[in-house]
Amino acid sequence: MSALSLPGLPGPAPAQAAAEHAAPRAARRWYRQPALMSGLVLLGIIVLAAAAAPLLTPYNPIAQNLNATLLPPSARHLLGTDQIGRDTFTRLLYGLRTDLRIAFIAVLLPFCIGTALGSLAGYFGGWVDTVLMRLVDIVVAFPFYVLIIALVFVLGPGERSIYIAITLVGWVSYARIIRGEVLVAKRQDYVLAARSGGLSGARIIARHLLPNVITQAIIYAMSDIVQDILAIVTLGYFGLGVPPPTPDLGSMINDGQNFLTTHWQLTTFPGLAVVVVGLALSLIGDGLADLIRPGAA
Amino acid sequence: MTGPGAELLSARGIAVWFPVGSAVTARLRHRPRLLRAVDGVDLDLARGEALALVGESGSGKSTLALALAGLRPVNRGSITYDGRPLPTRRSRADRRRIQIVFQDPYSSLNPRLTVGGMLRELIAVHKVVPPREQAAFAAELLRLVGLGEDALRAYPRQFSGGQRQRVAIARALALRPEVLVADEPVSALDVSVQATILNLLADLRRELGPSLLLISHNLAVVRHLCDRTAVMYLGRIVEVGPTERLFTSPAHPYTRGLLAAIPRLAPAGGQEPGGTAGPAVAGDMPSALSVPSGCRFRTRCPHARERCAAEDPALASAPGEPGHLAACHFAFEGIAAGAP
Amino acid sequence: MSREGAGTDGAGGIRGGAGTGPGGAAPGAAAPGGPVLQLRDLKVRIATRRGLVRAVDGVSLEVARGEAVGLVGESGSGKSMTLRAILGVLPPEARVTAGQILLDGADLVPLSQADLNRIRGRKISMIFQEPMSALNPVMRVGHQIAEGPRVHLGYSRSKAAERALDLMRRVGIPDPERRYRAYPHEFSGGMRQRVMIAIALSCDPEVILCDEPTTALDVTIQDQILRLLARLCRESGVSLVFVTHDLPVVAQLCQRVAVMYGGQIAEWGDVRDVLLDPRHPYTLGLVRSAPDVDEVRESLVAIPGSPPSLVSPPPGCRFHPRCAFAEEDCRAEPPPPLRELPGGRRTACLHHERCEDVLATERSPR
Repeated sequence: MSALSLPGLPGPAPAQAAAEHAAPRAARRWYRQPALMSGLVLLGIIVLAAAAAPLLTPYNPIAQNLNATLLPPSARHLLGTDQIGRDTFTRLLYGLRTDLRIAFIAVLLPFCIGTALGSLAGYFGGWVDTVLMRLVDIVVAFPFYVLIIALVFVLGPGERSIYIAITLVGWVSYARIIRGEVLVAKRQDYVLAARSGGLSGARIIARHLLPNVITQAIIYAMSDIVQDILAIVTLGYFGLGVPPPTPDLGSMINDGQNFLTTHWQLTTFPGLAVVVVGLALSLIGDGLADLIRPGAA
Repeated sequence: MTGPGAELLSARGIAVWFPVGSAVTARLRHRPRLLRAVDGVDLDLARGEALALVGESGSGKSTLALALAGLRPVNRGSITYDGRPLPTRRSRADRRRIQIVFQDPYSSLNPRLTVGGMLRELIAVHKVVPPREQAAFAAELLRLVGLGEDALRAYPRQFSGGQRQRVAIARALALRPEVLVADEPVSALDVSVQATILNLLADLRRELGPSLLLISHNLAVVRHLCDRTAVMYLGRIVEVGPTERLFTSPAHPYTRGLLAAIPRLAPAGGQEPGGTAGPAVAGDMPSALSVPSGCRFRTRCPHARERCAAEDPALASAPGEPGHLAACHFAFEGIAAGAP
Repeated sequence: MSREGAGTDGAGGIRGGAGTGPGGAAPGAAAPGGPVLQLRDLKVRIATRRGLVRAVDGVSLEVARGEAVGLVGESGSGKSMTLRAILGVLPPEARVTAGQILLDGADLVPLSQADLNRIRGRKISMIFQEPMSALNPVMRVGHQIAEGPRVHLGYSRSKAAERALDLMRRVGIPDPERRYRAYPHEFSGGMRQRVMIAIALSCDPEVILCDEPTTALDVTIQDQILRLLARLCRESGVSLVFVTHDLPVVAQLCQRVAVMYGGQIAEWGDVRDVLLDPRHPYTLGLVRSAPDVDEVRESLVAIPGSPPSLVSPPPGCRFHPRCAFAEEDCRAEPPPPLRELPGGRRTACLHHERCEDVLATERSPR
């Protein structure tokens, strides 16, 4: 039995077969992925715009100007002003800043906690696994938004509450993903070899298992950021997000609702911004997934 | 510490079972639920000896090897090393003594570590040599298996199957084990590459002297490498003895059948395509979930009698041949002289 | 050993007759109409990112009626690709770019898929290495065997079922009436392989292509299957093309063998001749590098180097970089063609006489 020839294809020279195996994973090919590249470019533009906000607009996002309320879009105010005279375009850019920042940070803690717990549960099994999975079951029993909103409501609005709420709810997905991957990976011969080499469980998880399974969590993190942005926006919409006057896409959408028929840009553009960010992140996630599993169905 | 030739690794009454399916349905439907992968095995490996565990799929040889290497828990039985008991959860020092080379070169190396990285990790954790000498030691290991120093910086995916096995052997030797377990080390390799790995194993044994426990289904490989051979069938050892003896005068009907079934470059009479001799061993191996009563080989044995269904034969040696044992009621009686 | 006179035709292809095998009976040496299957200078190319892979690069052989021909090689030799080319089931990136595949004298290469479909399963069938993936897991075994006769031979349902039962008996499946309605996963590996053989036989084909069917089987089961195939060959006169990397298996089953290397045939001839007295250094290397179950050799002689690139193969003889007997002329293009040797053998080695008697002198006296 020769493991070197794939069914239906000739077996090239073994070294070449190995090299062929290497090619799809090499970093040198990531820029050829259309999904990944367009996602990165799009996100790049958005992040740049948000970061360069002070350069792109002279206005202060929280400065009120009651003489210039509800102005339509013009050369001076690209997207017009809202009901207390703040420039919409400025608020859009600063709102993006706020929401992107919170979302990226908010995804980190669940990622780390979930990965750690999931790998422990997957590797050690036994009661560790049982306890963890029951915890997961409890969290998962509640709809995501219900939990988030309830938690923030209890903790009081503000950035810190958002981080706590998202962490408490969001670690679950990472734990499940990593646990599943670890359950499979720990059966691989190289893990058996590490055990046979007397390496400690912690070391095996950290050096041998995680580097091989973390990619799944990273791919999931991309879509999780989108979900977090939506959560933050939703919280903002309900008045539970970042407290005013800090600009925030969610509260912008809520505020602009009343003027939907007359000044539709107040609600629509923040909404569009959310969509575009979500699109960019999804493209990146898809591109990464294609890169990791080339040709997978 | 025992001297050369003394028993190094001993196993008594080893049994490894796997529960299959749900306990509830098994009880309700009276279905068997224990897969007896290893069902009562005694084994001794002497210092510096090469012992082969031979069998077909389902014989339990790999499971037994993993259990001896401490990678599978044992349901029953005990393992002793150098006279001391050796549990499944063993100390780091004990883990060093028995190292294993796996069958599949494509899954036995961590794809994310360089060869140097994986070697150095083992050397450093076990403090095999002082830190100053660790890099040189890793390079020396690679030289031993016929790979150059630049392999240290390479990733497994850059190597061919044969080269990966060399890396795996280097890794196994890194801890200077006293027992090297090789689980089908060449089965996944091309024929022309197998020879280089087999030669390498033979050379390393001569140079470094660890005991070798070779698991293989390929009797030709076994004859080439090992002093003693144990034949396994459905979780038990059915014959064990010096390799030459086993091959020239096998005592157990299964061993005879196994030898006769092997295709040869120059088939003996009766084995040619035009020949009408029946297959060496008829039928299929029974499931390990329901092992036949009495002698487990009786369902396929051309010489089975009533006694075989009633009594489970124990491993017994022929008079005058203490090292050669077979688990058959009629093993040394020459009754099966007409076997192919 | 008797054989018909062989000659070369102008295009360099070789017309040959059949040899007789060690089993005794001459398998169709005087078969009317010549060999049942013939490959003439077959070439298969595969388009890959790294370039054009010459998977099969000028293969010629012939199979007589009732004969079992072995196709031996390691991975990358092109043996599996050759089989798939015969059946017309190449992967999408692969194409037959030259040569002929003659079944009973009719060329299969120019045929459309629709025409090939009428031949597949009917005149040529194939058995595979992994029966579990070659059998439909959700279809009863009996129905799978009966499918061929119904589709190709127009049998009624009951007639096809009868035939299926009969075939199951012939291939040695015990209790066929009950087993007819079973699913593949209820069978052991050896039994599944018998089912696959039954399917392959169901329309009385002329040739059965075998792609390493015993490689994944235990040695005792392999022995059973090989004997089954030999018996079927004898009884029904079907021809076999048996692909494997295992030399002794070929010796057990086949009358003639082609040794493939780098997409080409290195040596061809009677199985006894080729394996016991090889005339190509590669065959010699294969034989010397495999441990023998019947005698212990001090050290195995491995073949140095690694298989050739099929995208840019070495010039001249594909094997020369690894060959101990290589000379200057071995490097010269074009690669040496197969040349006739006495006794119906062919070799692609320019210095084949160096291989003579190497094995005989090496072998320790028994």
